Amino acid sequence: MNATAVKTGTEGKVWGGGDEQPLKASYGKLMMWFFILSDALTFSGFLAAYGFSRFKFINTWPIADEVFTHFPFLHGVDAPMYYVALMTFILIFSSVTMVLAVDAGHQMKKNKVIWYMFFTIIGGVVFVGSQAWEWANFISGEYGAVETKGGKIIQFVNAEGEQVAIESFAVDLPSDRTRLTKSEALWYQSESSLPEYELAEVIEGFKANPDLLVRTQLIAENGQKTILSREESLAKLENDGKQVVEGANLVHNEYGPPLFADFFFFITGFHGFHVFSGVIINIIIFINVILGTYERRGSYEMVEKVGLYWHFVDLVWVFVFTFFYLV
Amino acid sequence: MAHDSAHHGSATKRIWTVFGILSIVTIIEVALGIVRPGFLIETDFLRMHLLNWIFIILTLYKAYLITWAFMHMEHETKGLRRSVVWTGIFLVCYLIFILLTEGDYIFDVYKEGYVAWDF
Repeated sequence: MNATAVKTGTEGKVWGGGDEQPLKASYGKLMMWFFILSDALTFSGFLAAYGFSRFKFINTWPIADEVFTHFPFLHGVDAPMYYVALMTFILIFSSVTMVLAVDAGHQMKKNKVIWYMFFTIIGGVVFVGSQAWEWANFISGEYGAVETKGGKIIQFVNAEGEQVAIESFAVDLPSDRTRLTKSEALWYQSESSLPEYELAEVIEGFKANPDLLVRTQLIAENGQKTILSREESLAKLENDGKQVVEGANLVHNEYGPPLFADFFFFITGFHGFHVFSGVIINIIIFINVILGTYERRGSYEMVEKVGLYWHFVDLVWVFVFTFFYLV
Repeated sequence: MAHDSAHHGSATKRIWTVFGILSIVTIIEVALGIVRPGFLIETDFLRMHLLNWIFIILTLYKAYLITWAFMHMEHETKGLRRSVVWTGIFLVCYLIFILLTEGDYIFDVYKEGYVAWDF
């Protein structure tokens, strides 16, 4: 029998082939690592593209502390970053309960696995909800701004340099401008909604309030946005102003370059989608744990695999947090 | 996993320790992000604020902890660890290098060129 078997002379060596498992990990776990690595490169591509755009507009990029200032139930309070920090904690904590579930799985303690996975799922749901809330605030905007003919954003500040909302000073002028609908248009044109104020109303209101100034996108030497003098402000607004922008979408963005909003929607959206699918997968495994599938199988490795994915989602958030909110 | 049984006693302790470190690092990051100490912003290293370097180093430290402790990289074989980590780090460094260099170059073109952008 043995006479026909080919010997390679590497039997017993780690990479000698045969039934040996050189990486000492199961097929499923290896495939999860393959997926995680490729997904990590996808996110790196997004974040590197963000870095590219930011370096391209390095002196006009929005300052994150001035964009993300909301905290639930604290309306009007300037709370930069506290909410994202809280979200980060929630996600890290749900990572902890996940790894505790994996650990309980190693010890074959079914009830502990069930409870830890339950807390993980709750954490994930709270995080996705928080992200939706962040989006809602970002989309609806806070102060409003004027977009210039060159596509730049100018914002309004008072004498102390604090940002002022357009609605607080814009005057009400009679206007017969109505929303363009398909039935009215000549050639299938339409517009989604009219801004609350028109440029002329903002300009009139600006003239009536002598302590208002215009703040441009340009970041000065001290790391703050440049504030123009009263005369420069008036000239800028009257000569360059094109339209009022409130909030942000993929085309217009009151915080600065539209690219900032695009990347915000894309990167946090893609991450949020990962959290969402992670919650779904967690729920499926959770139900399986309750049904006793893994108890009968004699191994909770499935919990370990979904845990890998969940930690990866947390890992990505650590980077998104740094590059979107901190740097 | 044969070696896992040896870790059982200290596994939960290790998890909570790592959670503590991650929390402290996050608090430091947020505090620095809100205070933004002047001297860290004024000092530049390799054309980037010292503060940003601190953020990035702390982030990499957090990523290391999550991968090693939570994703059990420390218990995997050397071969698996290296094939995941080195591949990722090499490709990401390369991508960051070419894209940031290009972005910086385009910024210079916008700035030094004879076309007005701010109007």
